[in-house]
Amino acid sequence: MERKEWPLWEVFVRSRNGLDHKHCGSVHAPDAKLALQVARDVYTRRQEGVSIWVVKADNIVASDPDAKPELFDPAEDKIYRHPTFYQLPEEVGHM
Amino acid sequence: MYTQALDIPQQNADAKPLRAVENAAYQAEFDAKVDAGGFIEAKDWMPEAYRKTLIRQISQHAHSEIVGMLPEGNWISRAPSLKRKAILLAKVQDEGGHGLYLYAAAETLGVSRDELMDALHSRKAKYSSIFNYPTLNWADVGVIGWLVDGAAIMNQIPLCKCSYGPYARAMIRVCKEESFHQRQGYDLLLTMMRGTPEQQEMVQDAVNRWWWPSIMMFGPHDKDSVHTDSARWGIKRISNDDLRQKFVDATVKQAEVLGVTLPDPELKWNEERGHYDFGAIDWEEFWNVVNGHGQCNVDRLAERVQAWEEGAWVREAALAHAEKQAARENAGRAAA
Ligand SMILES: [Fe+2]
Ligand SMILES: [Fe+2]
Repeated sequence: MERKEWPLWEVFVRSRNGLDHKHCGSVHAPDAKLALQVARDVYTRRQEGVSIWVVKADNIVASDPDAKPELFDPAEDKIYRHPTFYQLPEEVGHM
Repeated sequence: MYTQALDIPQQNADAKPLRAVENAAYQAEFDAKVDAGGFIEAKDWMPEAYRKTLIRQISQHAHSEIVGMLPEGNWISRAPSLKRKAILLAKVQDEGGHGLYLYAAAETLGVSRDELMDALHSRKAKYSSIFNYPTLNWADVGVIGWLVDGAAIMNQIPLCKCSYGPYARAMIRVCKEESFHQRQGYDLLLTMMRGTPEQQEMVQDAVNRWWWPSIMMFGPHDKDSVHTDSARWGIKRISNDDLRQKFVDATVKQAEVLGVTLPDPELKWNEERGHYDFGAIDWEEFWNVVNGHGQCNVDRLAERVQAWEEGAWVREAALAHAEKQAARENAGRAAA
């Protein structure tokens, strides 16, 4: 029989309520239900999570690493977007 | 994540030189990043040799974790108490997990899981030679945790800062779990050493058999080492001999506390060096085992291949089921 790999799923785990789900790795599984099961066994053996997302890797669209300058450099010279850009009199106190 | 499956939308082809081609500008950017102690991520440009080295190293590492389940797995059904059985099960399951983290990291470099499996099963890929020694008595389980996992920890901690992001992150996860492995082993041995003279003898016997193979785990001496690029690329940050020395220095005291003798008459403190000296390693034995002539090479691989082949129908059935379910759902949606 022709060999076929189980598809790849990306795994995101919320370590506790109040925090974002964070990418932690990937697993192979035939479908979503088993992907969750496998992800639980592989990535949360010590209560590392309270919630898991799995996403088929094919469904993730990533930005092009070569496009880094076009995408991210335009923000580099906009330092006025940061609070520290503004020097205020000390008497104003914390603002 | 960061796998070959994460397709990047096709950009204007003329805008940039082909990434696949070795290119001086990309190379300079890569070198600068690595020299500054930065990370390379899966979709970043990297020299072909760097990619190949990583695939070789990460996959060998993954294979070692997976094959490493076998010598200890042998003792799960023979553990002397329910507590020890539960601990050993958890430990062996962790090793399986480590293999899976690492296979996933290797796959980000554009190699498939099936290819990796094939390489192991066809003996094209190697795994750590330590797992080709037999586990003869229950104390072996303790000594593996103490010495083999201990040596692995020494090797693995520097990898948490290696230049390849997905590998470094997988190693952080692995290292967090390894401390449990070493401590449960040492705890097991402490318990046996408080037991009967026969139990104490079992521990000493296991230490006698595992000590030399454990310090061989750090690989050939630096002067005989072939993979020098790894240091330049920030994959290997501490040399084999330095790691081995660190391990020996740390272990002597632990052996003393345990009340066992390390089987090396030349082992003694060197005031001048500030380290323990130790005897010559039998490299002939090392290469013999690496090249397939250890006591268990044949058995270990046969067991691996058998497990893989006997699981084939499960993998196929699960996939067929998933495909059928998906087709049914699609048909339902089309009808609605
Ligand atoms: Fe491990
Ligand atoms: Fe371990």
